[in-house]
Amino acid sequence: MAAYIARRLIQTVLILFGISFVTFVLLYLVPADPARQIAGRSATAETVENIREQLGLNLPFYQQYLRYLGGLVQGDLGRSYLQKTEVSALIISRLPASLLLMTGAIFCELLLGLTMGVVAALKRNTRTDDALMIASFVGVSAPQFVIGILLLYVFAVKLGWFPIGGYGTFAHLVLPSVTLGFLGAGWYARMMRSSLIDVLRQDYIRTARATGLPRTKVLFGHALPNAILPIIAMIGIDIGLFMSGIVVVESVFGWPGIGQLAWQAIQRVDIPIIMGVTLVSACAIVLGNLLADLITPLIDPRIKLR
Amino acid sequence: MRKLLLLSVAAIALSAAAPSNAQEIKQGGSMTVTYKDDVSTLDPAIGYDWQNWSMIKSLFDGLMDYEPGTTQLRPELAESYEISEDGTVFTFKLREGVKFHNGRELTAEDVKYSIERVVNPETQSPGAGFFGSIKGFEEASAGEAAGLSGIIVEDPYTIRFELSRPDATFLHVLALNFAHVVPKEEVEKYGADFGKHPVGSGAFRLAEWTLGQRLVFERFKDYWNIGAPKLDQIIFEVGQEPVVALLRLQNGEVDVPGDGIPPAKFIEAMNDPELKDLIIQGGQLHTGYLAMNTKIPPFDKVEVRRAVNMAINKDRIVRIINGRAVPANQPLPPTMPGYAEDYEGYPYDPEAAKALLAEAGVADGFETELYVMNTDPQPRIAQAIQQDLKAIGINASIKSLAQANVIAAGGEEDQAPMIWSGGMAWIADFPDPSNFYGPILGCEGAVPGGWNWSWYCNEELDAMAKEADAMVDPAQAEERIALWRDIYLKIMEDAPWAPIFNEERFTIRSARIGGDDSLFVDPVHIPVNYDEVYAKDVQ
Repeated sequence: MAAYIARRLIQTVLILFGISFVTFVLLYLVPADPARQIAGRSATAETVENIREQLGLNLPFYQQYLRYLGGLVQGDLGRSYLQKTEVSALIISRLPASLLLMTGAIFCELLLGLTMGVVAALKRNTRTDDALMIASFVGVSAPQFVIGILLLYVFAVKLGWFPIGGYGTFAHLVLPSVTLGFLGAGWYARMMRSSLIDVLRQDYIRTARATGLPRTKVLFGHALPNAILPIIAMIGIDIGLFMSGIVVVESVFGWPGIGQLAWQAIQRVDIPIIMGVTLVSACAIVLGNLLADLITPLIDPRIKLR
Repeated sequence: MRKLLLLSVAAIALSAAAPSNAQEIKQGGSMTVTYKDDVSTLDPAIGYDWQNWSMIKSLFDGLMDYEPGTTQLRPELAESYEISEDGTVFTFKLREGVKFHNGRELTAEDVKYSIERVVNPETQSPGAGFFGSIKGFEEASAGEAAGLSGIIVEDPYTIRFELSRPDATFLHVLALNFAHVVPKEEVEKYGADFGKHPVGSGAFRLAEWTLGQRLVFERFKDYWNIGAPKLDQIIFEVGQEPVVALLRLQNGEVDVPGDGIPPAKFIEAMNDPELKDLIIQGGQLHTGYLAMNTKIPPFDKVEVRRAVNMAINKDRIVRIINGRAVPANQPLPPTMPGYAEDYEGYPYDPEAAKALLAEAGVADGFETELYVMNTDPQPRIAQAIQQDLKAIGINASIKSLAQANVIAAGGEEDQAPMIWSGGMAWIADFPDPSNFYGPILGCEGAVPGGWNWSWYCNEELDAMAKEADAMVDPAQAEERIALWRDIYLKIMEDAPWAPIFNEERFTIRSARIGGDDSLFVDPVHIPVNYDEVYAKDVQ
């Protein structure tokens, strides 16, 4: 187990280096000039050149990248070009909000998705099943921006049940979590449905039923634990999906997380922030997958980590 | 040397009038303002966004400022000033007893330090170039000298600026945020993070800044200008979508949506009887233009550039943005001194445009590229321009890119044949016609990385511009403005731009916030003059 985790962590570090390299190359190739941006529209050519020199932007690519890596291994993500603040400080200040939103979203996603999936599987080939699958299809395909605005309009503006955007209390968390979770719920519903149908056809379920066990006990004691296995791995992958969704949802709801930070930085080509957020997102995705892999054997002892 | 005493009667009258105003309006109350983006920095040497511009004005003071809601200069930290006859020496007497937020008294040394800090290349200030006329600028900006030899502190309350050339815009320059005064000890204490811990002598002090969430400004109780500001507190909530902000305003949670009325909601808001009375309209010192690169054929031919000017239906473009602008026919906006009211500009006449193309030897039209920033409504405007150009045979393919990429392309001599300036268009730093020339139409801007995207350089006009800016004597003011007017009309003859429209500001406020309409569309304190507006619920 320890060796497995160690090996995975080493892989993680290598992946992060890979990602940092690719992102750095891509941002290097972007035809925007950070020095020009910092210097502003009234600056003289000398001022621009001076800033370029101070930031090391006049150095060859490999030197710039090595400088960045040098900082990175010391935990220094650089300083934002436009906000003039340490990128790490900006990310740390926003990380708790994003983690909270992600937790809320995963909860909503599981609750909605699994319930829909189980009901659809039990009522398969009925109208309920059709309706649920159509709903899940809509959930998967609907743009989060639209869902977010719709929920805001109905539940915050019209009904006044929740605050219109913002951050701070449990009530603020509900609508963005549901919006973010809604997309994933569709996937979970479909996955859960097919997985449960598959399990319900197995011999051991038939045997369990034959022994006279009540229907709910068969479902919760035998079928669900087996059907849920593929779902566990999905949660890890979900963290990756959320990273893109979070940018939209955080913007709509005014949620002060790293998605919003990333969006603002992308609009203004603030390269150190884009690099920093990309690396943090990559970390989240890789760790999410690792976590999913570690939890799976706890649920199904037949699976061994190697 | 005969000295011109410039402290106007108006300024004295105003300072006398201010307390009586203050007696009428009680201090107190709070206002909530929202913004989509986080505030980048509140360091006056660095902040150069429209969003932080007026926030910085509330936290810091400079020697000069403007009458609230107008473009009329008045002394602020300066009690009086004198300008030498040749226009190269400016001497200021400072107010005594002005305090920084940390309790220390502001002196002439602080003024000197603050401006030298902006010019120091290590500060990376986007405003350094504004101080180019002060003696010693070249050495200081090159990092060869520690300070500026042209700034002399005579005593704690007297400071003298010696310029290397007469500069009629110098008082405006001293009213810019970049000339606002910072205390050295606080800058040294926070270093590069001073912008997150701003300490000035302004009407408000920063009480809280939770990154990405909110900022709270509190009334500075020791502010020198008794009676200002009116509000006790301003809460800036950041990270709020404009659509959501408008909903919250309707719900009574927000007083001013800082980003204005979102385009998608504009017509709805204008037709809403409850909102209609809360909407305020005002002019801006802004011109949106189509820049044509005079170095790239066939735009090197003046006939082609004139043809483009005549091909564009500006009224239709104004309709595309819901009438939030007025069509433009010259570089200067109507609110700027020097605007030629009697000038008719190029008429919309596609047939005449075609004839001009034929004259230029491109009767069959040509293929070209139109660069545009990729956020709404800019691509839609570019499409309208594209259609108009197609009607006279010019096939322009649209290159819709991030703002920074368009700016980068404009700064290269051979990259962008045409740029629609929307979203990056010129908004004057200060209300003087010279500010619309140098970086965007003068030779100094037509360099790699410059903002003169037309790469237009007319040395004769450059000489005229220098002459105009040397007219410092107030008696020459009219003559100077007339000269600038001629310069811009000559530019239109060469047609490096097709001026398209001058934006109008539409802003909205809640019913509980009071103040003259002009304060909400203040041409200098964009978007709101925070120091002057007040809360009705404490009156």
